[in-house]
Amino acid sequence: MKHAKLAAVALAVSLGGLAVSQSALAEVTRGQLMAKTCLACHGSVAGGPDATIPSLVNGYPRQLMIQNMKAFRDGTRAATVMNRHALGYTDEEIALLADYFDTTRR
Amino acid sequence: MSISRRHFLKALGAGGAATALAACAQMPGGEKARGAHVVVVGGGSGGATAAKYLRHFDSDIRVTLVEPNATYHTCYGSNWVLGGLRQMNDIAQTYGNLRDRHGVNVIQDTVTAIDPETNRVTLAGGQVLNYDKLVVAPGISFNWATAAEGTSEATTNQIPHAWKAGPQTEILRRQLEAMPDGGVFVMVAPGNPFRCPPGPYERASMVAHYFKTHKPRSKILILDNKENFSKQGLFLAGWEANYGNMIEWVPSSRGGQVERIDVASKTAISDGGLNRFKADVLNYIPPQRAGEIAHSASLVNDTGWCPVNQVTFQSSIHTDIHVIGDSSIAGAMPKSGHSANSQGKLVAAAIVNALRGRDPIAPSMVNTCYSLVTPDWGISVAAVYQFLDDSIKGVPGSGGVSPADADRNFRRMEANYTRGWYDSITTDIWG
Repeated sequence: MKHAKLAAVALAVSLGGLAVSQSALAEVTRGQLMAKTCLACHGSVAGGPDATIPSLVNGYPRQLMIQNMKAFRDGTRAATVMNRHALGYTDEEIALLADYFDTTRR
Repeated sequence: MSISRRHFLKALGAGGAATALAACAQMPGGEKARGAHVVVVGGGSGGATAAKYLRHFDSDIRVTLVEPNATYHTCYGSNWVLGGLRQMNDIAQTYGNLRDRHGVNVIQDTVTAIDPETNRVTLAGGQVLNYDKLVVAPGISFNWATAAEGTSEATTNQIPHAWKAGPQTEILRRQLEAMPDGGVFVMVAPGNPFRCPPGPYERASMVAHYFKTHKPRSKILILDNKENFSKQGLFLAGWEANYGNMIEWVPSSRGGQVERIDVASKTAISDGGLNRFKADVLNYIPPQRAGEIAHSASLVNDTGWCPVNQVTFQSSIHTDIHVIGDSSIAGAMPKSGHSANSQGKLVAAAIVNALRGRDPIAPSMVNTCYSLVTPDWGISVAAVYQFLDDSIKGVPGSGGVSPADADRNFRRMEANYTRGWYDSITTDIWG
């Protein structure tokens, strides 16, 4: 019984990646989760009450997102807080964010 | 990839294996998630976010949110009420959108017991709820056992803490309004860790703003149970520039370590009676610990806070229970509404993925704490958090506080963003 359980665990772990790509069932991706954290400041509702911080609710063009985040990160674009945030993301993570916001464009 | 895959998997530990095992037993096809019931205890920033995003990430999941109050007053923004910039209504949040727009079953009641063996919670009204997963987000409670002698829950009408927003905020505001010009407002700030690290100092700023416009001869004294505080350089410079010498900060080594409070005379006493600080209005912010239900459900360790898996926020004690927000021990993340919001999203994703038999996501969380020094002078501290080595840490090189040498325009922009942040995050949580 114990061996069967261990084998089941090993199978689940090894099949994890495969199951993700083949299933239509809900899965939250890292890009999606990271993008959702942006919405705390950048408005989770289209045309929300906040007039000062740009809304990302209706998505954002991929290349522009990558360009902006990198410019915030290397300081070529001035900001109050976005430079400090952008420094927390690698090129790969910026690409994940940009991919996600590109898919939610309306 | 900044995360060590090996470390990440290691962190999953027993909880991760248990999740995989449970998933195997219930798979194939992730059937377990269909109709799974998640109960969320507490409708503050962490709990309400978790409830909303669970439904958002997977509408097959049934979500019940249990919150004692029909109206929740955010702690953030409550200092602006004390300063006269906002009214209580402006920081009031309700649960209609969670119920009507997001399909969360909202029950106005108090959880009195959690049984981790049978996966049941009992409510004060007698109702019993079965859960597949439980999210516990009860915020803070006060540790009166270690509080200054003479203080207790019973003294909070005369000496308000105002560290849970609501009636306490109104009591403190009324006392400040009744105080004569030339009076002394004394605040006793707690030692670490506590809810909202910059909060006491924003409060001093907002009270100073009120005094400057209405009672300019008054003084503010902060008696601190520690040697330094959040955004210290920015606050001290902001106070000097805007309020002259109205605010005085006394660290613990210079008499700030308050040991006793004489409630009748509103006097704070330190250094064995050597220092006595007589107040006209006294704001004692007690030492804190996890919310009450976390204690009665044995989710705390000897620190009084809840140890959790740093990837999934599963309780280290009961793995079907996740603890988020102020109650949790979340590595380097401060106990803030923004942290709780970010953790609420992470835990929603972790639960959805676990119920579907997926691997957890490597955490990526954010905190941004804005404070108003004046209505036109905002400062911030920010960070991006990930799981690094063996705990949640700020990504090296990221984050930090507003620049020390910024001009007035920069401070004004951050003050505007402070207000925008409030509108946005409260919409993200309760909208």
